[in-house]
Amino acid sequence: MIEIKNLKKSFGDLLVWDDVTFNIDDGETVAIIGRSGCGKSVLMKHINALLYPDSGEVLIDGENIHEQDYVKLRKLRHRFGVLFQGSALFDSINTYENVAFPLRYFTSQTEKEIERNVEEALEMVGLVEAKDKQTSELSGGMRKRVGLARATILKPHYMMYDEPTSGLDPETADEINKLIIRMSDALNITSIVITHDMHSVLEVADNVAFLDQAKLSWHGSVHDMKNSKHRELINFVTASQYQI
Amino acid sequence: MYALRELGKYTTLLYQALRSSTEFSTYRKNLFNELVKVGYDSFGIIMLTGLFTGSVMTIQTAYQLELAFIPLSTIGAIVSESIIIELAAVISSLVLAGKVGARIATELGTMKVSEQIDALESMGFNSVSFLVVPRVMAGLLMFPVLYVVACIFGIGGGLAAGILTGVVPSSDFLHGAQMYFAPWNVLFGFVKSFVFGFLITSVACYKGYYASGGAEGVGKSTTQATVLGCIFVLLADFLLATLLL
Repeated sequence: MIEIKNLKKSFGDLLVWDDVTFNIDDGETVAIIGRSGCGKSVLMKHINALLYPDSGEVLIDGENIHEQDYVKLRKLRHRFGVLFQGSALFDSINTYENVAFPLRYFTSQTEKEIERNVEEALEMVGLVEAKDKQTSELSGGMRKRVGLARATILKPHYMMYDEPTSGLDPETADEINKLIIRMSDALNITSIVITHDMHSVLEVADNVAFLDQAKLSWHGSVHDMKNSKHRELINFVTASQYQI
Repeated sequence: MYALRELGKYTTLLYQALRSSTEFSTYRKNLFNELVKVGYDSFGIIMLTGLFTGSVMTIQTAYQLELAFIPLSTIGAIVSESIIIELAAVISSLVLAGKVGARIATELGTMKVSEQIDALESMGFNSVSFLVVPRVMAGLLMFPVLYVVACIFGIGGGLAAGILTGVVPSSDFLHGAQMYFAPWNVLFGFVKSFVFGFLITSVACYKGYYASGGAEGVGKSTTQATVLGCIFVLLADFLLATLLL
């Protein structure tokens, strides 16, 4: 379980958000939505302590991640898989090596076991045939899928997706959404999806956290969101081409 | 204030790198790659730099001593000692600030702005140990090797230029080089190349590791890494000469 308590962050004079509080239960998929620049990705980077808050805390299974020493923090981070906005694949190695990367450093698996696990992960995202391709040879959608295979190869408890469908055509975006659902079901992962793609929210999320005007403006289930009278939320959702 | 903040961040990164240097299994593979990239891949440019520095120095020294009644062996002494004590370390380091420093800053900067460093940290890696330690270590280990290469090719180039242009016979050149040879000067050259290797690679790592702002930011970091690398080499050269000679 992830507990976010009274989180406050500013960069210099710019207040990103103040007093953000909500919980993410095990097995839940929560979508964090809001306008561009409202601090969705900043919030994600606080959850696995890539950034530190000005005040407040993030508890991961009861442990305050921002109070851990570096050795313990790295162990806590093993519980997370992250799919970055640009996929963040290592461009000096090919697809196979990208997916095998965490296994080589964090497990004592033999080359044969690594090969089997990588092929299994690539099969799950439908990219076995691209295993020898360099990162530069992959399309945007393929990169996201390889990133997803790499992020889930160590079977994390929590998965964070930063704009998983941004920059993709509707068909590929839909494939990614289906993959997120399949991953959550198959691996029983708790997922946090940072997005402003309402189609994605409706397809993958159980709950929604809406960031607006430097605070958590609304938090509830997708069902409640559809019936909400919250003006800013309605404006944000109806501005999307997808009517709910 | 800005300079102090930068110095603080640079020192913190170095401290983290020092603490991370015990995690050998994390950077072992990268260290080998970096030794090849910093050392082996630079042999060509260092040989060329040494060769032409020595050649030009021989011709210019001979030109300046043309009218003086000074033995020709002096040319060999001046050229070889200048190369050993100063030119092999400084000129090759200035060249390497451009070649090695720029490469490191660009690599790390690109990794930073494309979130590859965040990805490493997210997986539970110590990114400083994985990226910074092997690069600085390769600089510390390979710059002295490149210094030796620069010395050999510098003196060899000076000798060859003397023979080919006829300004100084090989016997005189070698006699002069041997007569004034002092082992301490070689040691001094080693110390300099070691310090320069550290400065160039650590500054480049720092600039790349903290790059921000997309392609333009990476370009800026690379330029700063190269310029600062050159300035630090010149400053350190002055300081070492003042302290050790």
